[in-house]
Amino acid sequence: MAEDKYKQEDLLKIEYCPPRKDWMDSKIDFEAKKGNWCYSAVPAAMEYLDLNTEMGKWQPHDKDWPLPDNWKEIIFEGLHDRLKKFRTLQIFMDICVRCGACADKCHFFIGSGDPKNMPVVRAELLRSVYRKEYTTAGKLLGKMVGARELTVDVLKEWFYYFFQCTECRRCSVFCPYGIDTAEITIIVRELLDLVGMNIDWITTPASNCFRTGNHLGIQPHGVLDSLEFAQEELEDITGLKIDLPVNRKGAEILFIAPSADYFANPHYFTLLGYLALFHEIGLDYTWSTFASEGGNFGLFHSHDMIKRLNAKMYMEADRLGVKWILGGECGHMWRVIHQYMHTMNGERQNGLEEPVSPITGTKFENAKATKMVHIAEFTADLIKNNKIKLDPSRNDHIIPTYHDSCNPARAMGLIEEPRYIINAVSNNFHEMPENTIREQTFCCGSGAGLGTDENMEMRLRGGLPRANAVKYVNEKHGVNQLLCMCAIDKATLPPLLEYWVPGVEVAGIHELVGNALIMEGAKERTVDLREEPMLGFDEESEKVSAATGEDTENV
Amino acid sequence: MKVGISLVVIVLLTAIALVGAGVGLNFVFGVIIPYAAIAIFLIGVVYRVLKWAKAPVPFRIPTTSGQQKSLDWIKNDNLESPHNTLGVIGRMLLEVLFFRSLFRNTKTELKDNSKLVYGSSKWLWAGGMAFHWSFLIIFLRHFKYFVQPTPKWVMLLQDVDSFFQIGLPIVYITDFLILAALTFLFLRRVMDSRLRYMSLLNDYFPLLLIIGIATTGVLMRYFIKVDIISIKELGTGLLSFHPILPEGVNPLFYLHFFYVCTLIAYFPFSKLMHMGGVFLSPTRNLANNNRAKRHINPWNPEVKVHTYQEYEEEFHDVMKAAGLPLDKE
Repeated sequence: MAEDKYKQEDLLKIEYCPPRKDWMDSKIDFEAKKGNWCYSAVPAAMEYLDLNTEMGKWQPHDKDWPLPDNWKEIIFEGLHDRLKKFRTLQIFMDICVRCGACADKCHFFIGSGDPKNMPVVRAELLRSVYRKEYTTAGKLLGKMVGARELTVDVLKEWFYYFFQCTECRRCSVFCPYGIDTAEITIIVRELLDLVGMNIDWITTPASNCFRTGNHLGIQPHGVLDSLEFAQEELEDITGLKIDLPVNRKGAEILFIAPSADYFANPHYFTLLGYLALFHEIGLDYTWSTFASEGGNFGLFHSHDMIKRLNAKMYMEADRLGVKWILGGECGHMWRVIHQYMHTMNGERQNGLEEPVSPITGTKFENAKATKMVHIAEFTADLIKNNKIKLDPSRNDHIIPTYHDSCNPARAMGLIEEPRYIINAVSNNFHEMPENTIREQTFCCGSGAGLGTDENMEMRLRGGLPRANAVKYVNEKHGVNQLLCMCAIDKATLPPLLEYWVPGVEVAGIHELVGNALIMEGAKERTVDLREEPMLGFDEESEKVSAATGEDTENV
Repeated sequence: MKVGISLVVIVLLTAIALVGAGVGLNFVFGVIIPYAAIAIFLIGVVYRVLKWAKAPVPFRIPTTSGQQKSLDWIKNDNLESPHNTLGVIGRMLLEVLFFRSLFRNTKTELKDNSKLVYGSSKWLWAGGMAFHWSFLIIFLRHFKYFVQPTPKWVMLLQDVDSFFQIGLPIVYITDFLILAALTFLFLRRVMDSRLRYMSLLNDYFPLLLIIGIATTGVLMRYFIKVDIISIKELGTGLLSFHPILPEGVNPLFYLHFFYVCTLIAYFPFSKLMHMGGVFLSPTRNLANNNRAKRHINPWNPEVKVHTYQEYEEEFHDVMKAAGLPLDKE
């Protein structure tokens, strides 16, 4: 476990004052930096996706990296091509004034003090090469004007630091010109991928997803099994046998969630929440085993890969003949849906209609073109229109706070909807300090494909600002649950909190909705979706309240 | 080191100007260099901006800093997460005129080796605002040296700028603000270890050059009197393309003027282009209406996708066994 390997007092020795020496000539000692980088991509996954497999089997701590002979040529060709294709890249290369506003906004810098984790310097890693190649001053004056040759060491540095950025975009909120490090990171990762350099935690899920429709590579019957298991579990808890439509043609709505929701813990309880909600409102919908993944690791790989993996959403909606698509709780999935999907795959969108809630009649005009609605928007609308009955006291054993996931906050502006839902299903909601939530929210430290075990030290460091804010509300208000709407959060925050703030659990918003939801015909609820006793609803207190004549249903 | 080299360059520029003015190369410093600088500036800036503008914006990627427009009853923050053009204009105005994003700045500290705190940190914003606004006002005030008679709006601007004036000579607030702001920005760059780490010659040089411009300007205005009538003759002559070279102008003026010309000529090749670039930054100048309106990528590539048919073909048997519906039996 992380606790044994890393001592908190060691990780907390953070120096925010960088050394006086110049940053340009450094070499990364991968051996010494174990715990701060991820293993390389396996050739099989690269091959399945038709990517460059020339590097074969290698690891970052190998002394010599088996780069293709013409690697430099490949990189410059790729850079040249992207400068022509992306105005962002040109602008972001040219206009940074190094004012330093972004420096202490990055969770990796805050948690590590490594000066190259200051977003400005991370970008300079590429800018320096750009200046040498494209500017006269850079060619003539070199290092003095921040220009340097692209060498193997620079390439290794790129690998190290651009897989130490979670594309969370917090820095871009503070940048006076909106320079977006995520954009630079995506592009540098594309360049690295061109020479065959990538990490396993991104390429393997991407290739699984391409083949089976989900990151874990679960085949159709496995997806069905898992959903059926949830169906039975929900029956145990509520006494209700819910419908479970899978790959059903002619449904009104296709529901797509991140696959972790049906394979991982604590995501699974959010799944139970969705199922309970859809049953209760009688939604005409279907799951799909083909579009069994909302997440899209293409975002962490390349623009082309985003498009390749995202295409299935519209293709499947079209095949099943649904009217529109509803999407589950996930962060980067929603960056893709909101900012890329329609641009990339709009041509595949046949026969979909402008989304209208079949329960409330609300037109989701903000999604009229993409035709995909976020479940927080959908549920908030249900609650506002009094279409579901909720008993927030069923969540009284939970004192929640809410972690805005990076992408919903900074790529969508989905900020109030989740809070509205939380306040409707909980009596105890407490916000974390204002510089750590909403558009200023901190990343979990493990996004953008970096949530691997071998990267644990960097994850614990990068997650420190988030964990620290949780600790604050834990100590001040007794917060014992961190709510979030992101599958990566749900996977990576539990070990993070176990390390920094033991005792605080992680849950999805629809788990709490599922707890509070009063379902018609359901048996008396005494336990929540985790089958843990609810405060004031256990058998003991029922006896007491029955004796005193109180209404135990508490409706 | 980088500060040192920047200083050496400034000293060299100073020597060139003073020697040039001293040996009577007035035509070079009063006419040729200014016209050349302006030409370089115009061609360079246009070239740069066109180059940027020519590159497409394939994706709509605004950084949202506030609530999106979604359900009717949830208040949209149209300035931080604009859903229409009006909102985008508002957001850009706030950014360009008032440095909105910089105003958000915080300072992260680790207290007691265990608690992270984020204090408000408005100094950079204040310094930036003071510098840029003073620079703009001083720049506009200088129209009095190029246009005869002095336009009314320039007079008005002077009056406002010298609002706190008691007695003579007229003292402009912006003169002192800009010097104070520049001093702050420079000290920050050399004294803050993080700033020093990231700073390049490209950062120190323009800063020192502008300090040179402001200092020589202030010197001429308050301490070493120069012949303003002659300078105005030179200025109006330049602007009307009938350059006149007045006699007996103090070399200090030529130094000031040469610094300015250097800055103008250096502008298109430098980070100073942020002035134009900020307007073109796609994370700020696009509306957050992605799902309501399709954004077109002009080079949207064809990619290899995996179709349902391929999927069903591969998993046909297990799907059949599990009782999942199939397109092909």
